Amino acid sequence: MNWLTEPFHHEFMQRALLGCALIGFTNGYLSAFIVLRRLALMADALSHSLLPGLAVGILLFGFTPVSVFAGGLVAAMLVALGSELISRSSRIKEETALAVLYTLAFSAGIVLLSFAHVQVELEHYLFGNILGLSNSDLWITYFISLTILPALVALQRPLLVMLFEPSVARSQGVPVVALNYLLVTFLVLAMISSLQAVGVILALGLLVAPAATVYLFSDSCPALFWGGGVVGAVGSCMGLLISYWLNIPAGACIVLLLGLTFFAAYICSPRYGVFRHLYNRRHLHEESLSRWRGKAGRAAGAAASGPEGK
Amino acid sequence: MSQHEGYLRQFALEIMDTYRLEIKDATVAYNRVPAIHHLNLEIEGGHCVALMGPNGAGKTTLLKTIAGLLRVETGEITFHGHGLKGVAHEIAYLPQREQVDWDFPITVRSLVEMGCYMRLGWWRRFGVEDERAVERAIAAMHLESLADRQISALSGGQQQRAFLARSLAQKARIFLLDEPFAGLDRPSQESLARTVRELAGAGYIVIASHHDLKNVADFFDQMIFLNGELIAFGDSATVFTDENIARTFDTEVFSGKHA
Repeated sequence: MNWLTEPFHHEFMQRALLGCALIGFTNGYLSAFIVLRRLALMADALSHSLLPGLAVGILLFGFTPVSVFAGGLVAAMLVALGSELISRSSRIKEETALAVLYTLAFSAGIVLLSFAHVQVELEHYLFGNILGLSNSDLWITYFISLTILPALVALQRPLLVMLFEPSVARSQGVPVVALNYLLVTFLVLAMISSLQAVGVILALGLLVAPAATVYLFSDSCPALFWGGGVVGAVGSCMGLLISYWLNIPAGACIVLLLGLTFFAAYICSPRYGVFRHLYNRRHLHEESLSRWRGKAGRAAGAAASGPEGK
Repeated sequence: MSQHEGYLRQFALEIMDTYRLEIKDATVAYNRVPAIHHLNLEIEGGHCVALMGPNGAGKTTLLKTIAGLLRVETGEITFHGHGLKGVAHEIAYLPQREQVDWDFPITVRSLVEMGCYMRLGWWRRFGVEDERAVERAIAAMHLESLADRQISALSGGQQQRAFLARSLAQKARIFLLDEPFAGLDRPSQESLARTVRELAGAGYIVIASHHDLKNVADFFDQMIFLNGELIAFGDSATVFTDENIARTFDTEVFSGKHA
């Protein structure tokens, strides 16, 4: 059983597990908002537009976690705001503008990187390097988690109303536009925090799969928020451990695990899975039986009460 | 008096005795092209009002304006003497059915609780009083046995009642309904009409856009005929005339650049 506890003895693994739990929970919690607001495609675009930001940050300020953080944030926000601006000021729709801008940014990133001479380190940001997590990386992760989670919890009511019906929210005085910008900002921050774990290309998985999984099980928004966080945290830590035991890349393993979890939910969920009717058949039959009995009872003048019609 | 009407009365007791929605000289425009011209209306509590007019007549525009979603270019709208700012939770706007994401992970009860959030604002505590308001709203709309269902697992009429229950919990006084009868079968339409009349009977103002001339006089006690400008407004018995119908539906919608 030595192999089971072995990863917990290494300091780099402890650090990586802590990072994974934080990153996974934050991304998972936020993923509920991405799923409900249908921002997945936007998140995809923004994850790709981080790349030129990383390149510029490295070129200007050298290779430090803070330069990477700042560069990524600025680039993604520019793409997000730019597409918003184009869609508002012309007949171009937002997703079209977004697609043009993010591919522009991504290609600019590739060109810039040929000047940066940091191919090896950059690979860490493309595919993640959770085992190389430094102290300052952890601090950035703390900072991001402590910004996003309390804000989302505190703003739960207006966010909920906005996610459900933006127009009604606006009529009730909820600042819908500002909240939308805030969500997009959080999305970019969460993605930057997950760069270390899974990299630019797979960041989207961590930001969508957890809530997509819970969405197939639950009809409660709080369950979707917290459940997404738990699925994200547990999935990330399990993925990391499995990758250690099997000696495979950690980032890919985490997203693979989350993806398989989603697929299992899609197949098996008793409420919204593809085979739900297998679970429900008995129940429906019982209901129709009791209604039939209720009708028969009423006909006989007895006070049999079936469930309400319709 | 049946029990749920009793629940409705309890809500209604909290309403002030007399109040009115006043629209004075209101013009609403999209990009300087007005959809509603210099509209004057005065609606008192206790009426359910049909908003009639052809496509493009400004029905949805008027509802959205009263809901505070669109700005008036001229004139003003007041509710018991105050502007619309600050009384937002007293006005409930129910969008058309297609605007709602029916797969949203929310049950009838959580939907009704959402009405309390609108009244309580962002952080004020959800107390025992609010819980009672939720239960009463659910009971008033006969949704007790469906309270834990997800909203897509309801029939069309039940869905409308769930949203009305949310507006009750919100303690709204004005209910703005955009085509509430569209897509409902006859029995559901009649049951919704009964509910709407009960709301009006309890003292609320209900304004609903509607286009079915066959049943409008049965469902509503007042009517607004709208065609870019106001054609007629008043009790159904007096304004539901062939002349008004012809003037509303058979002429082109009046729309011109606003001077």
